[in-house]
Amino acid sequence: MPLNWKTGGLLLGLVFFAAVLLVKPIGVSTQFVILDGIVADVVNPDLVTKTEDGYTSTNAYLAKSNGKYAKSISNPLNYSFVFVLAMAVGGFLSVVARGGLDRAERTMPALWRANFGDSPVKRYAVAFLGGFVVLYGARLAGGCTSGHMMSGMMQTSLSGYIFAAGAFAAAIPVSLMLFKKEA
Amino acid sequence: MTSIILAIIIGVAFGAVLDRVGASNPTYIGKMLNLTNLNLAKSILLAIGFGSVLMFGGQMLGLVDVGHMSVKSAYIGVFIGGLMLGAGWALAGYCPGTGVVAAASGRKDALFFIAGGLLGAAAYMVTYPSWKASGMLDAIAGGKVTLGSVPGAKYDGLMAVPGDVLGIVLGLVFIAVSFALPERLVSQPAAAQPAE
Repeated sequence: MPLNWKTGGLLLGLVFFAAVLLVKPIGVSTQFVILDGIVADVVNPDLVTKTEDGYTSTNAYLAKSNGKYAKSISNPLNYSFVFVLAMAVGGFLSVVARGGLDRAERTMPALWRANFGDSPVKRYAVAFLGGFVVLYGARLAGGCTSGHMMSGMMQTSLSGYIFAAGAFAAAIPVSLMLFKKEA
Repeated sequence: MTSIILAIIIGVAFGAVLDRVGASNPTYIGKMLNLTNLNLAKSILLAIGFGSVLMFGGQMLGLVDVGHMSVKSAYIGVFIGGLMLGAGWALAGYCPGTGVVAAASGRKDALFFIAGGLLGAAAYMVTYPSWKASGMLDAIAGGKVTLGSVPGAKYDGLMAVPGDVLGIVLGLVFIAVSFALPERLVSQPAAAQPAE
């Protein structure tokens, strides 16, 4: 069982506040691009190159904003990338501390199983497709649930509100259509 | 080095809290989005409101550096991308951050989500020039703007009201909504219609 919603909300708010107090607002989805870039730069070392005053790339997206992404790809030990790796560690420790996940849950979540059955292949295929759409959309939008919705609305940024409107306008109808049986 | 230590401390805390509020469990995401259990929505609204009050309150007291704010640009693609993220979020039950936490917590389907995500991000990288050319990435309503004008911030305000005061007011509104929202909006998902 998750935390009481009030305790959980206060803790989550504290983390978002601590991030902006100490460093900068939380964001995640950019790091999928950075990891792609790191891998692609190993395969093709010409992808990201050092220039006189920074970094650039043969890919227009990685070269934008004065090679901001190209720079991160060349220096993976930067704040934002380590932050996402640390999130994984935090999630792992938290699950271990509460006794781990049961076997059924490791394959697929209960709500999915109740509505679409036990086939892992079906669940994995949908998770893969969902991941593709989520990250394509997040990069088009310039941020995801943490960067745009939470950090953005917390800072009263207009783009955060536009993003949240789009996200829920699609998420609620899709979820209502998909998950008709309760878990 | 300090920044790496902070990345580890804040990142671990964020990952652990996402797990404990249930955000990395697609069942709770699904129950929130099909409006049958809004406890997670209440947590998220409370978090945004509480964070906002702390940040803008801290700014007014001079305890929080306004320069740490980072406001993203507004453009048509933000809405279109939001629609895509929302659809995929409902389908998979993961968003980028919670997918990472879920995979680390032992959820195998989250590994497939991450693999799909890496491919989706790569696809955007390749198709970026056509989005750029389409004009859908061009700033609207001033681009990087906040709703009010935050004193000392490098961002313009959409409205000529003090942005820090507005931030606290909106933060309190988020907190009020988190308390006002019922735990459940639809009784039987089968008969459900979108709320409102």
